[in-house]
Amino acid sequence: MSESEAAIHGHGTAYVEESPYAIPSRKLTMWLFIISDAVTFGALLMAYGYLRFASSDWPTPFKLSPSIVNVMLMTFVLLTSSLTMLGAVDAAKLGDKAKTARFMWSTILLGVIFAGLHLREWLGMIAEGVRLFQNPWGSAIFGASFFSITGLHLLHVLCGVIALIVVSRKYASGRLTAGHVETTGLYWHFVDLVWMFVVPLVYLTNIQH
Amino acid sequence: MAAAANSKNVIARYLPVYFILLFIAAIEFFAAFRITNIQALLPMLLGLALCSGALALLYFMHLVDERRSLFLSLIPATIFVLIMMNMFWSDSYRLLHMKPFAH
Repeated sequence: MSESEAAIHGHGTAYVEESPYAIPSRKLTMWLFIISDAVTFGALLMAYGYLRFASSDWPTPFKLSPSIVNVMLMTFVLLTSSLTMLGAVDAAKLGDKAKTARFMWSTILLGVIFAGLHLREWLGMIAEGVRLFQNPWGSAIFGASFFSITGLHLLHVLCGVIALIVVSRKYASGRLTAGHVETTGLYWHFVDLVWMFVVPLVYLTNIQH
Repeated sequence: MAAAANSKNVIARYLPVYFILLFIAAIEFFAAFRITNIQALLPMLLGLALCSGALALLYFMHLVDERRSLFLSLIPATIFVLIMMNMFWSDSYRLLHMKPFAH
């Protein structure tokens, strides 16, 4: 029995204090991970901002079709996946396992669609000649910054999809609780939150007018 | 019975926030095509992204339902770190050119 469980069940309360945040340690750990990850993305996006605005020949390659339409679709898919994840968390809290599974698998499907659209975007850029340190339009660092930021986000989405599959299966078999579903949901919403900053900085400031 | 009714409406309570986020995203896309001056566009896009991020943080991640101590422990410290990083980063970029205190 862990210390937090001992505190909840009344054993050892003489030396274990109540959490000041009134949340399970699992959830607090996820919050701390999210904060550290937010700083990582913050560093990347700030570095990107400095490179973007310090360079006089920064490429503006994104046309309405196919790039921006693709990004609009990706934004819609990711926001909708957050909504289905909220449904899964609420259904899990109510103990409705069938509904939780439906919502979680909808979230997984939307995550896979997002990753597919992301890869389509990448393949389009590669077909136009964008590489890590060269591109046909201007500043050579454009490719490295574009692929590193969007790639790190894609990696988070793929990790989230894997986590959702594992948690969904284990929750259905009774090995995990609604708390685990909620913690995974926190991570998934964070991935959505990061995308809200990636889109304006990486795509919308580089539109071809 | 009540649990079944609640279970039916699990998504409905989040729909307003979802539609607001979609609306903000639509404004961002529209503004990006209408405003060609990047100096005017960037603050607007960042402001809208901050609004979307705050909504997602408070309602999707349920920070609004948690104790205020959690919010006060996490968010001001993160904002402080990001702002300080922004300050130091620009300074290091300037020093790359060996021009301390350059205008």
